Amino acid sequence: MSKVFRFKGGVHPRDRKELSRDKAIEPAPLPERLVVPLSQHIGAPCEPVVSQGDTVKKGQKIGEARGFVSVPVHAPTSGKVIKIDSFPHPLGKDLPAIEIEPDGLDTCADGAGGQEDFASLSPDELRAIIREKGIVGMGGATFPTHVKLSPPEGKPIDTLIINGAECEPYLTADYRLMLEEPEKVITGMRIMKTILGVERAFIAIEKNKPEAIDAVKGVLGPDSREATVVPLEVKYPQGAEKQLIKTIVNREVPPSGGLPMDVGVLVQNVGTAAAVDQAVRLGIPLIERVVTVTGEGIREPKNLRVRIGTPVGSLLEACGGFRETPGKLVLGGPMMGISQYTTEVPVIKGTSGVLVLPRSRVRLEEARTCIRCGTCVRVCPMNLLPNFIGTFASRGLFDQAERYYALDCIECGSCAFSCPAKIPLVHLIKYAKAEIMAKKRKK
Amino acid sequence: MIEAVLTLSGIGLVASLGLGLAARKFAVRRNPLIERVEQILPGANCGACGTAGCSAFAKAVVEGEAPLNACVPGGQEVARLIAELMGAAVPSTESYVAVLLCKGGKGEARSKFEYDGVSDCRAAVLVSGGDKGCAYGCLGLGTCERVCPFGAIHMDEDGLPVIDRETCTGCGVCVKNCPKGVLLLAPREASVHIRCHSHDKGAQVKRVCTVGCIGCGACVRICPYEAITLDDGLAVMDYTRCRQCGLCVDSCPTGNITSLVSQTPKARIDPERCKGHALCEAACPVDAISGEPGKTRLVDEERCIGCRICCSVCPVHAIAMVNPD
Ligand code: SF4
Ligand code: SF4
Ligand code: SF4
Repeated sequence: MSKVFRFKGGVHPRDRKELSRDKAIEPAPLPERLVVPLSQHIGAPCEPVVSQGDTVKKGQKIGEARGFVSVPVHAPTSGKVIKIDSFPHPLGKDLPAIEIEPDGLDTCADGAGGQEDFASLSPDELRAIIREKGIVGMGGATFPTHVKLSPPEGKPIDTLIINGAECEPYLTADYRLMLEEPEKVITGMRIMKTILGVERAFIAIEKNKPEAIDAVKGVLGPDSREATVVPLEVKYPQGAEKQLIKTIVNREVPPSGGLPMDVGVLVQNVGTAAAVDQAVRLGIPLIERVVTVTGEGIREPKNLRVRIGTPVGSLLEACGGFRETPGKLVLGGPMMGISQYTTEVPVIKGTSGVLVLPRSRVRLEEARTCIRCGTCVRVCPMNLLPNFIGTFASRGLFDQAERYYALDCIECGSCAFSCPAKIPLVHLIKYAKAEIMAKKRKK
Repeated sequence: MIEAVLTLSGIGLVASLGLGLAARKFAVRRNPLIERVEQILPGANCGACGTAGCSAFAKAVVEGEAPLNACVPGGQEVARLIAELMGAAVPSTESYVAVLLCKGGKGEARSKFEYDGVSDCRAAVLVSGGDKGCAYGCLGLGTCERVCPFGAIHMDEDGLPVIDRETCTGCGVCVKNCPKGVLLLAPREASVHIRCHSHDKGAQVKRVCTVGCIGCGACVRICPYEAITLDDGLAVMDYTRCRQCGLCVDSCPTGNITSLVSQTPKARIDPERCKGHALCEAACPVDAISGEPGKTRLVDEERCIGCRICCSVCPVHAIAMVNPD
């Protein structure tokens, strides 16, 4: 059993996972139309390879990757391409997407077979499959997985961490996946270990999910040397990459631009591991994922298996609709998720949850003056001074903000969550980051 | 006691000598001209000239690295003073003024959601591009008002910035800081402006705003000087061609185009001077000038659109533009 270390800072929001934790994953109904964005990952967006009026089959490639840091997108069901146009995107902009009207038959594209015996494939072949099948990090960051699995020369990876922490309140998608389909997660992990050629692997799960820990241990077998299951202290943002690495292997990712691979570690979310398994063994591209639809504003919270491109509105219907006047609709968790203004936005590869808070629970509080209590400084897991960066941002002093390492902020929201003066610190810091980046681009 | 006084004054003497020598040896020689130029500058440090601020600009000018007339707020007058100081010719300076390309305030444009974040347009765009239904519209949180070094902008009740043309120097600081790019530096003498910046299709514009440009092209068709073109669903003004006749203003179905000219001036021909060349008659785009061959020309004021074309072609300068009473 390995020793568990701690990371500095963090907060303890009420997790409210009880709303959906006992709901088994069920398939979401097929919506009337699907909107599949061409940009579902960090990196260059896809180029559409179908045109308006084409019929497509389930799993057929409809958007081709451009550049190395890019993956293709696939049709989530069979049907007809109605339009290729700009549609609301979870990131808040209107971005190009392919609208598909399902024919209800769900005919699969042919050809796509898998390889049960993945060990017979070379790491490069495996990476190519993972890329072709459109796999990206499903924890939310949506970084193309094949890129992470291709560490550059001179940066050897010795440790793989499978991230099942799910530290965001409300969300239970990863939990249900580990509980119901642990073998997929484990196989995915085995595939990634083969690709990287690493011996050491950890599966990190927060202690408040004992059933998931047991399920995963059950698949691994009693004295497996394949991976160590690490029960983590329940603390937010325990699941953030850098914090996870610190807790498990006690290494610190160098600040200001350092990456996990600089300390020889690779972190992948459990959902990504399961998707890798499906892609390699069965040849199924990333066209569906588990999404937690939850919050006090929804009548019947559920964990749903959702096709990518399903408009959020149809998921809300599947969960009985709003319980009372909705106040906030968030894609992702309450801490890092992004608020939406329309239920037309589709689920994308990085959407882990749909959270509805009723109007009565959304308190709009006026920000007051900083009382210099230092709470934000204490809770910041990145050792930043959120109060200072926030002040600089509100005065437009972006150079100063940069000197205080605004760019190192992981936008976990711990500071704003705990600020007694209700200062929107993360928003201010994001604002500073955007201005700093804009200036860098100009240079 | 005496020793103490002597020692201390001794130390003081040595130190002051040292300082005095150092001051001479390491003195930074500064061209006095730089200081004098700096005194002329407005001192707003707006950066419109392309240097870090007024001192940097003064240095650059004196060292010949910046043109004499680069200070935008200073305009012609400052350029003249600098030229005088440096004994150079006075270059001519164009003058600009900031114009808002949006008319959709709270009353006219729909809002997408209730925004309660940081009260700055640059922060608000990070949240779904801002709460305004129109993706191009002014967010109205007054970033421009706060950054203007001359206090030339104030936000009105409708949530739109109003630019005081007298105070605005055309430095462009607001233009650089507006995250929606809805401010434009236009030539100061231009008075007809298309006040929308949305490339959305007409139907979408109508859904979110009552005063936006719907790209119908009425203004393009009516403009006698081809000053307006449609660029991807948006009418765009070419200020070098516009002659401020104002025909487009009335043609716009959503009332988006505004003109600062309350009355169009009319051409008036001085009968003493007119020699009946009739060049004006040929040049007038609306056939407002007529007359018998070789005689004084007459202007039909009903028809005249105040374009000044006639003035510019008249070889004897017999035509003046006058405001009708
Ligand atoms: S400054 Fe950034 S990293 Fe630190 S607590 Fe705030 S959001 Fe999290
Ligand atoms: S013009 Fe630009 S900066 Fe000024 S209020 Fe409108 S959006 Fe904000
Ligand atoms: S309104 Fe804009 S251009 Fe005019 S002085 Fe102010 S910042 Fe400069």
